[in-house]
Amino acid sequence: MICGPDLSQHTSTVTSANIYMGLGIDNSWSQEQFEEDFSIHINSIDEHDIEFDMRHVDPSIANAVRRILISEVPTMAIEHVFFVNNTSIITEEVLAHRLGLVPIKVDPALFEDKTNECSPNERNTVVLKLKVDCKRQGEEIINEKVYSGQLQWLPEGSEMPEETTCRFARSQAGAIPGGVDLVHDNILLAKMRPGQSIELEAHCIKGVGSEHAKWSPVGTAWYRLHPELEVLQAITGLMADEIVALCPGLFVMEGSGEQRQAKVTSARGNEMQLEKVRRLLSEEEWAKYLQLRKRKEHFIFTIQSTGALAPETLFMRAVDKLADKCDTLLGRL
Amino acid sequence: MTQERKAPLPKSETSLTYAIEDEDHTLGNSLRFLLNKNPHVDFVGYSIGHPSEHRVQFRIQTTGEITATEALRQACRDLKQICAHMKQTMAEEVERVKSGAADMQS
Repeated sequence: MICGPDLSQHTSTVTSANIYMGLGIDNSWSQEQFEEDFSIHINSIDEHDIEFDMRHVDPSIANAVRRILISEVPTMAIEHVFFVNNTSIITEEVLAHRLGLVPIKVDPALFEDKTNECSPNERNTVVLKLKVDCKRQGEEIINEKVYSGQLQWLPEGSEMPEETTCRFARSQAGAIPGGVDLVHDNILLAKMRPGQSIELEAHCIKGVGSEHAKWSPVGTAWYRLHPELEVLQAITGLMADEIVALCPGLFVMEGSGEQRQAKVTSARGNEMQLEKVRRLLSEEEWAKYLQLRKRKEHFIFTIQSTGALAPETLFMRAVDKLADKCDTLLGRL
Repeated sequence: MTQERKAPLPKSETSLTYAIEDEDHTLGNSLRFLLNKNPHVDFVGYSIGHPSEHRVQFRIQTTGEITATEALRQACRDLKQICAHMKQTMAEEVERVKSGAADMQS
């Protein structure tokens, strides 16, 4: 793909099986060829984020994975909030909404989907409790700020089953390895003054991002194409001085005196400088020398997990989900 | 002796439009890509009639050797194989990186 100053050229991939038939080249799908070419290389990985290079895959597949990551990989999030008491100034609906957005650290695979008809039980619901009273203690005010870390997991289920209709047949304590935790303990939920209190029960259920963004397992997931900067003819003399001064890091000077020449170091890793180059391409004198390109089959993929699942696990689940879609369709045909 | 030629499949089986419920560009575009890669497929295209309609209209016309449904089935199977390979490649790469990190620490 060639990136011009205003528009890009050669942006589509060639997918038709018969397009090179005249040349005797078969462009039809081959799993063997795919398995030989396809590669993943992880550039960085930690608890929450992963960046990897994914090569030799069509944009339709890469995009499917990206879309599934954002909207179809399930997580657990607070969906129902039962207020026992709220004398703080933050209204119930606002606080309930804020609670919904708090990431919960528990594997959604351990739970069933909860439909509207089925009552909450230990297989589809996680119950959290929040009970805080703000009061004065000498000079100090305690619980002036309410944080997510004050949410308490109730493995035995709801403490007020009459009101919530949530009844656990058995405790979740042994069934969930590692228990239920908050990803962040320091999310500010509400502020109070002495004498005010909040008491509530929050029920988490499994859901997907397409229903509400609170269930999206990623902050976001995106990819970009690998950039390339091609020098069409040697940049020498005063032009070389200009480009090296304008884009330090991207260009270096080789040789000296009349022989000096600007050379490209690496397009990747110098993205800010590349944007300057892209602007330069609108100037006729530079367009003769430089061409900005992107590799259509080389994706630099980033996944930022919200913390419920490891980013590499999210990738696997997204790919599994895509395979599930195929199975569902095969079953329907 | 004349060689018996297989009668071409009727049009009702080779040119079909499917309505896939509860799917979107995620599956639509991936299958379109794979069907395009099938030499027996003359034409493939999909459309989502309206953004609030969760349905993909999927048009397939084959050259006559296979039925449209068979082409679609093949695309589904290919996509499943792709998924399996992508997952395996990622698992191997994570293993490589994590064991490498462990080596560095020890």
